Amino acid sequence: MAGEIPNLAESNLRALVVDDNLVNQMMHHKLLDRLGIQNDVVCNGQEAVDVHCSGRNYDLILMDMEMPIMNGIQATKRLREMGIESKIAGVTTRAEEEERKEFMEAGLNDFQEKPLTISKLVSILHNLDFCDQT
Amino acid sequence: MGKFMQGYLDEQFMELEELQDDANPNFVEEVAASYFKDSARLINNIDQALRRGPLDFNRLDSYMHQFKGSSTSIGASKVKTECTMFREYCRAGNAEGCLRTFQELKKEHATLRKKLEHYFQVQASDQLCVINQLQNMC
Repeated sequence: MAGEIPNLAESNLRALVVDDNLVNQMMHHKLLDRLGIQNDVVCNGQEAVDVHCSGRNYDLILMDMEMPIMNGIQATKRLREMGIESKIAGVTTRAEEEERKEFMEAGLNDFQEKPLTISKLVSILHNLDFCDQT
Repeated sequence: MGKFMQGYLDEQFMELEELQDDANPNFVEEVAASYFKDSARLINNIDQALRRGPLDFNRLDSYMHQFKGSSTSIGASKVKTECTMFREYCRAGNAEGCLRTFQELKKEHATLRKKLEHYFQVQASDQLCVINQLQNMC
């Protein structure tokens, strides 16, 4: 892994991982932990909406696209309709142009192809102005 | 990772290893355990779906999308390749191709499981050696 890994613990950032896959949940949670970012994990778009309705808010949301009950596109649209201004990064294996375009147009701020790595997460954080480029 | 695992795991597995630290000393093994638990469920679902006729290629593709996702995240390159092929056969509506690829996938998955079990045993044994050496130095 090239470059230094930023420690953002002092930034007090909070993130939400939205993914139905347990392996991805574990990985994304640990990736954010490693960067010093507190984070919660939910299993689908509906839970992401529910957690916001309960009053929680996040600086960053890592949103998977394909999930049961409510997928990432639907969840992103719903969150934006609710007035949620958190930065939302779409993270998915589905990277065909049309699908990516549809996901971005739902209200994403950034997009990364899975599997997520430290470098890709740092890239998201840089793109969304959470940290300086290292 | 060594020649033992070459071809079966790609650089994504090394990303997992990089995440292991003192706070989570068994992180990789825990992720692997989750992967095999989840993939066993998916294999069972796909097995059952393949026994029903006519095949529901959309459902099969959906299961395999999940399987491929997990396999990609853990770095299981050979399993991932079989998942990709299976999905292509689903899209083509090729039942025989699906059945044949699924058999290969199960073989690769079983081999990966054995190799990872051995890998974690060796890791645990190496750690024990280090601890013994340190104790002998005191």
